[in-house]
Amino acid sequence: MIHVSALRKVYGTGVVALDGVDLDVREGEIFGVLGQSGAGKSTLLRCVNLLERPTSGTVTVGGQDLTVLGDAELRAARQRIGMIHQHFALLASRTVAANVAFPLEVAKTPRAERRTRVAELLDLVGLSDKAGAYPAQLSGGQKQRVGIARALAARPKVLLSDEATSALDPGTTQSILALLRRLNTELGLTILLITHEMQVIKSVCDSAATMRDGKVLESGLVHDLIARPGALLTREIFPLPEPAPPGSVTLTFAAGQAGEPVLSGLVRKFDVDVDILGGSLEELRGVSVGRLRVGLHGGETAAALAYLRGRGVLVEGP
Amino acid sequence: MTFEELLPILGQATAETAQMVFWSTLLTALLGLPIGVLLVTTDRGGLAPLPKVKAVLGAVVNVGRSLPFIVLMVAILPFTRLLTGTTIGTVAAIVPLTLGAVPFYARLVETALRGVGREVVEAAQAMGARRVTVVTKVLLPETLPELVAGLTVTVVALISYSAMAGAIGGGGLGDLAIRYGYQRFDTGVMVVTVVLLILLVQLIQILGDAIARRLAHR
Ligand SMILES: Nc1ncnc2c1ncn2[C@@H]1O[C@H](COP(=O)(O)OP(=O)(O)OP(=O)(O)O)[C@@H](O)[C@H]1O
Ligand SMILES: [Mg+2]
Repeated sequence: MIHVSALRKVYGTGVVALDGVDLDVREGEIFGVLGQSGAGKSTLLRCVNLLERPTSGTVTVGGQDLTVLGDAELRAARQRIGMIHQHFALLASRTVAANVAFPLEVAKTPRAERRTRVAELLDLVGLSDKAGAYPAQLSGGQKQRVGIARALAARPKVLLSDEATSALDPGTTQSILALLRRLNTELGLTILLITHEMQVIKSVCDSAATMRDGKVLESGLVHDLIARPGALLTREIFPLPEPAPPGSVTLTFAAGQAGEPVLSGLVRKFDVDVDILGGSLEELRGVSVGRLRVGLHGGETAAALAYLRGRGVLVEGP
Repeated sequence: MTFEELLPILGQATAETAQMVFWSTLLTALLGLPIGVLLVTTDRGGLAPLPKVKAVLGAVVNVGRSLPFIVLMVAILPFTRLLTGTTIGTVAAIVPLTLGAVPFYARLVETALRGVGREVVEAAQAMGARRVTVVTKVLLPETLPELVAGLTVTVVALISYSAMAGAIGGGGLGDLAIRYGYQRFDTGVMVVTVVLLILLVQLIQILGDAIARRLAHR
């Protein structure tokens, strides 16, 4: 749905913000881009709707190469791409309803149609009772709901989100994420979001990419990435002290084996002692995934590790 | 001078001041607003970056801002004659008043528009809005309270300028104060005009503040 290839962006200041980025977002998925401050996430997202013009490379959305479009065509293409913002970017001088109507005015939708569509959208995000309120009278979560309603007004197929929950508290973040997930399933909306919050990746993303210094280091389905040795995403989700102490083994229970009695079987069958050095368990889109760092002593250690691999556990270590 | 003698003179002077301030305010708003918009939009990183236009416009505005009003008024006398056919009287005074206030108001407009967040402007562009639409539906409505407050400050400045314009034949309250109060040592007339000017400024400020407050939704 969104296809970015060999994207480079060099700012006038000489900063190379994007250094050859390739990205593939499939239709109907929620794709999260993770990276530290300055990694180039915002630049990447702003290149997708050409708010920032890339220095080179192509951006294709819904099969259309945006980098070759003229002004008028680009404006039309942008109407089919919704966007939500970290600080909501609502118009303080307009009511909630008028804010949501804004993209419809831009698209020259007739007034009567605008009115019904706005009512529909406010209902969708659960803010029908706030139609006449001004943004200053809303909480952060409510403002972002207005932002989402506005972004969806012109019925886009794609939604871009730049840190849309970063200004919100954890509870509100969860409710906004749940709303995004619902819109994704109900409307088949493809969502490309950038974030520095692991929580966002963990709870809603089907796919993810990790960026550093203007490059995408890894990308793919979250569950595939987790099962890949050395994945950066795994380390971000399950932080363990690095480097691992010598002789220790790090086990990732990716494919739902978390919760199975794998370890007790290990001790019984191979007569090994297991000391647990660290670990955690997370829900990733409803599936439990765990990561455990252990020291194995005595008994048939090699056979024990082979047994674990046989059970589908990712074994990293000696 | 008795009060009965003073009243018609005072009435006429007030009417002249009102006339000068009204027309120059109107013209200042009409000219200052687009110039202020251009100062913001032609900037580097603005909606329509045109650094050369911006440099020239900025320089012209600065020249206008740096001239004391009384100097500006005298310096442009030929231009005033060209436009109005005369250099004396209320109508002639409107020319320097407007020219003096436009750069002032344009800067106030510029400052107000710069207060609109980059994210908000980009949000509109991301929806596919034209640049004109961003100006008319985002920048101006979002800053309406500040634009009104700026215009209020400008009107007050214009009242003060108009008193100076009076000194070289523009008529109005300033002229009255100088002719009777200063040249004829009629303290009574001086006091009455000063009080009138103060009341006028107060009235404008209260009115302007009230309108700005009504328009703000923060
Ligand atoms: N308009 C700009 N002009 C010049 N340099 C810029 C501009 N915008 C961003 N940069 C630089 O490009 C790099 C990438 O910035 P970007 O905003 O894309 O990072 P980010 O990953 O979104 O960071 P954050 O998490 O802090 O938002 C940074 O070094 C930044 O300083
Ligand atoms: Mg950013």
